[in-house]
Amino acid sequence: MNDKLDFLDGRSGLISLLLLAALILVIFPLGMGVDQLTLTGRFLSFGFVAIGLVLCWGYGGILSLGQGIFFGFGGYCMAMFLKLEASTPEATAIQTTPGIPDFMDWNRLTELPWFWVPFNSLTFTLIAILLLPAAFAYLIGIAMFKRRVSGVYFAIITQALVVIFTILLVAQQGYTGGANGITDLRTLKGWNINSDEALRTLYFITAALLLAVIVIGKWLLHTKFGRILIAMRDREDRVRFSGYDVANFKAFAFCIAGIFSAIGGAMFTLQEGFMSPSLIGIIPSIEFVIFAAVGGRLSMIGAVYGALVIGFARIALAEAYPQLWLFMMGAVFIAVVLFLPYGLAGLYEKYAPRLRALLPGRAAGAAPSTETSEVRS
Amino acid sequence: MSSNTDFLLSVEDLTVSFDGFKAIDSLNFYVDEKELRVVIGPNGAGKTTLLDLICGKTKPTGGSIKFRGKELTRLPEHRIVWEGVGRKFQTPSIYDSLTVRENLEVSYPRGRGVWGALAFKRDAALGDKILEIAGVVLLADALDTEAGLLSHGQKQWLEIGMLLMQDPALLMLDEPIAGMSARERELTAELLNRLAGKHSIIVIEHDMNFVKQIGRKVTVLHQGKILAEGDMDNVQSDQRVIDVYLGH
Repeated sequence: MNDKLDFLDGRSGLISLLLLAALILVIFPLGMGVDQLTLTGRFLSFGFVAIGLVLCWGYGGILSLGQGIFFGFGGYCMAMFLKLEASTPEATAIQTTPGIPDFMDWNRLTELPWFWVPFNSLTFTLIAILLLPAAFAYLIGIAMFKRRVSGVYFAIITQALVVIFTILLVAQQGYTGGANGITDLRTLKGWNINSDEALRTLYFITAALLLAVIVIGKWLLHTKFGRILIAMRDREDRVRFSGYDVANFKAFAFCIAGIFSAIGGAMFTLQEGFMSPSLIGIIPSIEFVIFAAVGGRLSMIGAVYGALVIGFARIALAEAYPQLWLFMMGAVFIAVVLFLPYGLAGLYEKYAPRLRALLPGRAAGAAPSTETSEVRS
Repeated sequence: MSSNTDFLLSVEDLTVSFDGFKAIDSLNFYVDEKELRVVIGPNGAGKTTLLDLICGKTKPTGGSIKFRGKELTRLPEHRIVWEGVGRKFQTPSIYDSLTVRENLEVSYPRGRGVWGALAFKRDAALGDKILEIAGVVLLADALDTEAGLLSHGQKQWLEIGMLLMQDPALLMLDEPIAGMSARERELTAELLNRLAGKHSIIVIEHDMNFVKQIGRKVTVLHQGKILAEGDMDNVQSDQRVIDVYLGH
């Protein structure tokens, strides 16, 4: 195997990645209608957040219950750009002030707020989608980690930040669209994003970006940075007293997780055509953690399956038992934590070699399974 | 006051109080270059606290800690490591889910910033250093073993090896033979004697037999102060030391 691809964890890692690629790039698009495919694309956009959590929670030991914030950064930035494009003076001629987004007009704003202005530019928007969450995560990260805030306390603070963020969005209706969010998004540089063809294309872009993010994440884990993340999770003091400024490493992991989440948020907005506070609040933020836990918190590929499995299960079960759904999610989370600490990826790692051994003619080639070894992929 | 620049480490008038309890009380303590110093004393004498203060884990209430003339009390922990102070903890602190090789590699003083760690590449110098240190701490055969699977004694050695990767001027070992078998204790004594000429070492230890095997100069701490200091025989025959510590 090529040394340069070593970071994909050898042959089995490459196979897992190719299987996922085949599933989301070939099998789903062939087998699904455009509605179902867009639904899947929505789950994949949650997958970005789950992948970020694998990095910062699974490997770095930093549990964030506030990833919705970063999903929101990406989603809102993209929505702001699309909304401005949809709010041409011609399209909004019936408003008191034509040329500004409709919800601003309803809230009696008479000109575009200054922080909306740069979002007229797609280039600025794309940069903002990556930089804003990184900058915010860095600020929060440094502020918390330099003060040695960690574990449960960090989780609670991120949770509080999500609440603040959503309250702010809902309260500042004229600037943010309030509880409804930013809706009625139509075109991207003149390209109708609601057409079937556009939805298919957006699905493929989401899937390809997701695979790219996995590869980047795996590369990060393969560097010395990745080993230090694991080392910090095992013995933070030892890392500190080996000459590392632990806070910087944690903040960086948190930044990367934030950037990944924001990419997911932006792709979500493009596919769904809207973004609202209900998508980034406490419950979605906790759901992201459940995706990562169910998929396996040490496996980025597992995290994607976690998002897909929970997503489809919700469609099947939430319609039948709407009141019970949240309880079921809670039960699944507890069950995974208690019985499957490494999630679906852990199951796969444990049983795949045995299954392969059962296949006729393959028994001799099957790799021996090492049950004690930690799942890393 | 006499010049303290000849010493590697000069601790002067050091005090730390926890809610009024002075764990270290106006302590003066000096360590020479390449010296092996053993610190003994009853429980609660302030031995571990002294190491915590030197490595920056605890900040003092007053006094100074100078290392090669540089004040350590104002530096953050990781910078104190950069100055050349290595600290081994009482319970072995190693990275259980990394291999022995990776444990040593993470301790290598290169790529200590985030960007440095991302750009870090393994090279021949690193490989040689890992082999050399693994040999010194008797783990050459276990390089690819997951560290969590090592015996307790081997974990202690690994942590010493991790410190040696940084080539520190001062090694501080907190009860390095705790939980070791008799054979492992012997090997550790030999190891420390071999290291003694290359680094300054401060060892905290309870086991008097072990102290005799490695002891040159011994400092006895009691209630945050130095009760006696000198070579093993003098200290052992000191009546005050017998009363508070050895007599038990």
